[in-house]
Amino acid sequence: MPTFNLTINNKKHTVEADMDTPLLWVLRDHLDLVGTKFGCGIGQCGACTIHVNGTAMRSCLLQVSQAEGMKITTIEGLSEEGDHPVQKAWLEHDVPQCGYCQSGQIMSASALLKNNPNPSDEDIDAAMNGNICRCGTYVRIKQAIKTASKL
Amino acid sequence: MTKIKTHYNRRSFLKISTAAGGGMLIGFSWFTGCTSDKKIKETVAIPKEWFEINGYIKIGDTGMVTIYCPNPEIGQNVMTSMPMIVADELDVDWNHVVVEQGALDEDAFKNPQFAGGSLSIKLSWNALRMAGATGKRMLLEAAAKEWGVNVTDLSVDKGVIKEKNGERTIGYGAIASKAVGIEIPEEVELKDIKDFEIIGKSKKNVEGENIVTGKPLFGLDFKREGMQLAMIQHPPAFGMRVVDFNEEEIKTMPGVKDAFIVDTEVQDKAWSDEKGFLQLIAIVGDSTWQLMKAKRAIKANWEVVSELENSATHTNKLEMAIASGNANESRKDGDSDMAFSKAAKVIEQTYSSPFLPHNTMEPMNFFANVTESSAELIGPTQTPKALEDAVSKLLDMPVENISVNMTRIGGGFGRRLYTHFGVEAAAISKKTGAPVKLIYTREDDMTQGTYRPAYQAVFKAGLDENNNLIAFSVKGAGLPEGPVFPNRFPAGTVDHYTAEKIDVETNVTTGAWRAPRSHFTAGAEQAFLDEVAELAGKDPIDFRLELFDRAIKSPVGEKNDYEPERYAGVLKLVKEKSNWGETKPGTYRGVAAYFCHHSYVAEVVDVAMENGKPKVKKVWCAVDCGIVINPDAAKNMIQGGVVDGIGHAMYSQLTFENGAPNEMNFDRYQLIRHSQAPEEIEVHFVDSDIDPTGLGEPGLPPVVGALANAIYQATGQRIYKQPFMNNLTMEQVVG
Repeated sequence: MPTFNLTINNKKHTVEADMDTPLLWVLRDHLDLVGTKFGCGIGQCGACTIHVNGTAMRSCLLQVSQAEGMKITTIEGLSEEGDHPVQKAWLEHDVPQCGYCQSGQIMSASALLKNNPNPSDEDIDAAMNGNICRCGTYVRIKQAIKTASKL
Repeated sequence: MTKIKTHYNRRSFLKISTAAGGGMLIGFSWFTGCTSDKKIKETVAIPKEWFEINGYIKIGDTGMVTIYCPNPEIGQNVMTSMPMIVADELDVDWNHVVVEQGALDEDAFKNPQFAGGSLSIKLSWNALRMAGATGKRMLLEAAAKEWGVNVTDLSVDKGVIKEKNGERTIGYGAIASKAVGIEIPEEVELKDIKDFEIIGKSKKNVEGENIVTGKPLFGLDFKREGMQLAMIQHPPAFGMRVVDFNEEEIKTMPGVKDAFIVDTEVQDKAWSDEKGFLQLIAIVGDSTWQLMKAKRAIKANWEVVSELENSATHTNKLEMAIASGNANESRKDGDSDMAFSKAAKVIEQTYSSPFLPHNTMEPMNFFANVTESSAELIGPTQTPKALEDAVSKLLDMPVENISVNMTRIGGGFGRRLYTHFGVEAAAISKKTGAPVKLIYTREDDMTQGTYRPAYQAVFKAGLDENNNLIAFSVKGAGLPEGPVFPNRFPAGTVDHYTAEKIDVETNVTTGAWRAPRSHFTAGAEQAFLDEVAELAGKDPIDFRLELFDRAIKSPVGEKNDYEPERYAGVLKLVKEKSNWGETKPGTYRGVAAYFCHHSYVAEVVDVAMENGKPKVKKVWCAVDCGIVINPDAAKNMIQGGVVDGIGHAMYSQLTFENGAPNEMNFDRYQLIRHSQAPEEIEVHFVDSDIDPTGLGEPGLPPVVGALANAIYQATGQRIYKQPFMNNLTMEQVVG
C-alpha cells in the first residue's frame, strides 16, 4: 500500500492507504480526526468540509494522493483554544441542535469570512448553500456569521 | 410548596451509580461542562473525590456537581434542559454543574429513557424535580445531623447551607460525604414555580463547545481498540430478498476480513423491530474506504418475494381506498351527508404527500461487542430499552447481560426509534466474534425504509346562508396508516362532523417521522380551512376563533382532544405579534395553528416572490407548551421545526419504481438549503405555569399550512400536493 505525507493542522503525518482513499476517511480512520463528518460521500451535504490551502473543500471528494503538499486544516485545527471568531459566534448564538453538520458549517463559514470579511446575505447564502442542516439551524447560522464578521 | 412521594429506594440508586460510573468511559470524554471546562476550573476546582447522592447526582468534594441526563440527546437539547430541572430543585450554582449522559437503566432513573413524541420533558418533569429535591433534602439532613440542629433551622443558597439563626455555613462539597449515608426521604418538598432560579432562564447547550471544536461525540466517532468496521448491503427494492452473492470474491478484496449473510429476524416483533430487510449481506474489515469499494463489487442474486411497487400504484391505491375503503377509525357527530345536501355552499379538496426518508445528517451506525455471555451496545438510539429487548431476542440472552450506552445523536426525527441498525451490529459482532462498528452509507440510509408514509385526504365543508360552518368531513388514507385524528379540531366545533381514517397495505416500511401524521394533516386541514374562510368571506384568524368560541361555549361531542382556550390563545398571540391585517407591498401572508404532542402552536408566514419563486421572508410563532425550561433553546427547537416543515413541504419527495427508491442521495433528493430558509423566525411563548410539554415536533406541522396559504396569496394558486415546488405552475405566478 502506498504511503502519503500530509500536512494537517500544521503537523506532518505519514499514512498508508489506497491511492483513491478520500481524505475524509484518512482523517477519520487513520488519524482519529473525527470532527470532519461523513454525510453523503458525494460532495452534496458539506458535513466533511475542510480547508485546503485556505479554501473550503469537501474532503469526501479529495483523494489522499491529491492532498500531498497541501496545507490542510480541519475543525480540530481551526483554532488552538476553540476560540476562532466563528466558533465564538456559534456559541454566542447557541446555534447547534444535534450538532452533527456544524463542523462543516463552521469550516465553510470561516473560509467565507477569510475571503470576504463583511458578507451580504446573498454572499452567505452562496457560500453556505452546500452545507445541509436537517435540524434547520440556518437562521442562527446566518446570524452567527454576521456576528463573527464583527469579532 | 408541593410535597411529593419519592418512591425511591437505596438499591435502585446504587444500581445506576455502578452502571454510570464504571461502564461507559470508553473512547469518549464524557466530562462536559455547562460552561467550558476551562471556565469551570476558574469557579470550582476539579474534585479529588466524588460522592453519589442519588442516581442523578454526584457531588465532588470541591462542590462541583455532576448531573446525569437520563434521555438520549438527538438535538432536542435534553442534555441541558433535563439537568437544569434537577439543578434547580437541588439548589446549586449552574456554573458548578457538569453533565454526563446516563446509561440505560430505567429502574434507577424512574423515567422512561427514550427520545420520541416530544415527551422527554413532559414525562420526566416530576422525576427530575424529585431527584434534585431528594438530593437537597439529604444534604440538608447531613448538615443538620453534623451541627445537631433541625433541617428547618437551615436554608440553602446555590449549594451553600446556612444556619438561619447562626453563623455556620457549609458547602455541598464539604457535607456530601456525610449525605451518602442519609436514608432517602419518603417525601420531599418541591419548589414553588415562582422560586425557580434556573428553569426559565436561558442556558447555553452544555455540549456547545465540544460540538464547535469537533470533539468525538457521535456514534460514528466511536472507536474501541481492536474494533472492526462493518457495512451491510440490503436488497435494492422492497419486495426482494437476498439469495446469494459473490462471497469468495469479496473476501479476497483488500482490507476485507469477512463477508457473509446475516439474518436479523427476531421473534415476537415489537413496533420498533425491523419488518422489511431482515437478511443482509455483511462485510467486515479495517477501513471504511476499502469496505465501500468491496460493497460496490458485490454481485448478488435477489429474489422477488412480494409486489414491486411504484409511485403511480401508490397514488392509485390511496385514491381507491378513499373511494371505497373501510375506515379503521372514525367519528360521526350529527349527519354530515344530510347537512352537506342542505348547505348553501359546499367545498371539497384533496391533498396528498409522498413518502419521505428521515435523512438524519449522521447516517445509521452502531457499535456492538457480543460475547458468549454478554452484549455491549454503544451508539445513537432514541430507544435504548427497545434496542436492549430486541438484542435480547436476537441473541436469546437475558437483558441483564446486555448494556446499552447512548452517544450524542446526529439527528433523530423518529428514525432512531427503530432498532434494526443496533440489532444488525449485534448480529455481525456475534458472527465475527469481535467488537464491530456498523456504518451505513447515505445510500444505505436513504433506501432502507422506515419512511414517513405517503398520504391522501379529502376534506369537505358546508356553510349555511350566513356563512357559518355547519358540516365538515375528512377522509384520509395512508400507506400504511391513515393520517386522520378523529377527535382533534375541528371536531367539537361543528354539529355535523365525520372523520374517517383508512389504512392501506404496502411493503414499503414506514415509521414515525417528526410529528407523525400531524405534519401532513395540519398542512392539509389548515390550508383547507383557509379556503373555507375565504368562501365564507371571513378573515382566516377570525374564522378559526369563531370555531374555538363554539368549542368553548357549547362543544359538540364528548371527547375533543384539545383545549380550545389554549388553541385560541396562540392564535391571538400570533395575531398580535405579527400585526396581522397589516399589508406590505410585495409581501403575502398565511396563517395556521395546530395542536399536537401536547403543545399549541400558531404561525404566520410572510412570502415574497423572488425570481418567480416564492421565498419565505419571515415567520412568527406563538407557542403554548406550559412552563418553558430553557427559553432560547426552546426557540431554537421551534425555529428548526419551521425550517424543517417548510423544507419538506416545498422540496422533498421519495419516489419508487419497481420497489426501489429513485432518490438515493442528496444529488437527487432535495433537503432545504441556506438560501431557501426564512430570513427571520420570531418565537413567542405563552406565559404559563402549566407543567411543561414538548417542543421537538409541534413547531413543524402548522407551518406547512401557513406556507400554502401565503403562497396562495402570492400566486393565486392553491397547492394540494407536496412537494409544493413540483406542483406550482410557474407561468401563473403573479408575483
